[in-house]
Amino acid sequence: MKFTLRVWRQRDAAAAGAMTTYEVDGVSADMSFLEMLDHLNERLILSGDTPVAFDHDCREGICGACGVVINGQAHGPERTTACQLHMRHFRDGDTIDVEPWRAEAFPVVRDLVVDRSAFDRVIASGGYVSVPTGSAPEAHATPVPKAAADLAFDHAACIGCGACVAACPNGSAMLFTAAKVVHLNALPQGAPERESRVLDMVDTMDAQGFGGCTNTGECATACPKGIPLSAIGTLNREYLRATVKGRGNRD
Amino acid sequence: MALATRTQHAQHPQHPPSLLGSLWRSTVGKKAVMAVTGLIMLAYLVAHMIGNLKIFFGPGEFDHYAHWLRTIGGPVLHYEWFLWILRVVLVAAVVLHGVAAYQLSRRDLAARPVKYARPRARTSYATRTMRWGGVILGLFVVWHILDLTTLTVNPNAQHGHPYANVVASFDRWYVAAFYIAAMLALGLHIRHGFWSAAQTLGANSPRRDRAFKAAANALAALLTVGFVSVPVAVLTGIVS
Repeated sequence: MKFTLRVWRQRDAAAAGAMTTYEVDGVSADMSFLEMLDHLNERLILSGDTPVAFDHDCREGICGACGVVINGQAHGPERTTACQLHMRHFRDGDTIDVEPWRAEAFPVVRDLVVDRSAFDRVIASGGYVSVPTGSAPEAHATPVPKAAADLAFDHAACIGCGACVAACPNGSAMLFTAAKVVHLNALPQGAPERESRVLDMVDTMDAQGFGGCTNTGECATACPKGIPLSAIGTLNREYLRATVKGRGNRD
Repeated sequence: MALATRTQHAQHPQHPPSLLGSLWRSTVGKKAVMAVTGLIMLAYLVAHMIGNLKIFFGPGEFDHYAHWLRTIGGPVLHYEWFLWILRVVLVAAVVLHGVAAYQLSRRDLAARPVKYARPRARTSYATRTMRWGGVILGLFVVWHILDLTTLTVNPNAQHGHPYANVVASFDRWYVAAFYIAAMLALGLHIRHGFWSAAQTLGANSPRRDRAFKAAANALAALLTVGFVSVPVAVLTGIVS
């Protein structure tokens, strides 16, 4: 297969970037999108050019490291990560636009690589449960209802790739934050920090420069892990409940 | 051996802010303010639309209804007191709704300063037109009050004759056209707004999602048809 690629090239955070056009030939339909970029990079290296920088790690769709906007869609046309998107979903001869996540809270580091440490700061402010870690607790010491376990697991599937922020017209991190809040607040282990978690995580989310939610639903459509839009409804409910109730067990 | 394992929490002020203060400071809380004020305005509009339909039963019934509005709450409340309380509540709702929308929109635009090379709009028309639709509705409300409450821009109108004033206003085709356009904008605004309010206030759930969407569509359709029926009736001579 042969493609015309228009890729965002930007030397570093301070430099101005631009879309640069490359013709890519000899692409197999079985290549993943990242393998296609590898294929382009091999050619660029051989010709003495700088390869296109992009984030990747497991290439199995489970780590959340990769992520680019392909033709205006986060992770491209299929509901999966860019590493698990295959070139058979494109037509031979297509022109494909490849851009980094666009959000004020995710500054571009280079080419397609963005700094997502704003997510880490949101997690650090409440995306944990406080438990003694010295010895493994007895597994059945804390009974978890099946429905709560399923709900928590569905939302724990979030890999923090940032596609929700990239897809949102407001650059909002509500789906990411909601996934963590629903996951941990559904479980008895998360109950002691139920109020402070949601209040602190929303505070941090706002402080990182993410936008607000206007319920467009773009995030849930783009999410490769299928985190549902209802998570945001639950976050809102938890937030209002915690605001009325007070900060609970916070120090 | 005791290790320093204490989690570092963010520093918080000694005096926690008030409930409304902390709501207004966060994006989630400000959306909740928009949801509540939006629902107040929506409840008013349902009553307003039902009242408007009295115009189909002639000037006697309509003018009597208009007079009764001024006597609600009597004899406890003096003449027009209820109306003035309602006006204060509605102005507060409009101002809070508008200021919150403006501040959140500024923030949202700043959070996504760079557009994609190939933008894709997959959200519904109603969702995409909330901001400008809201501005249009705000301007409409100003004109609507000047037209039918203060009668400032309704040259043929007389105080105390609401039926005749409505007919005099909508007899001008461009006034009727502006009114109908504004009501279509209102329908779109409610279509996204009602469901969005349910989501923002945490009332929504996967089980109730379809019901809230259906209720939003029904409310939008009923209010638009109800309001639009009056200028259409005047233009077609059913009400004259």
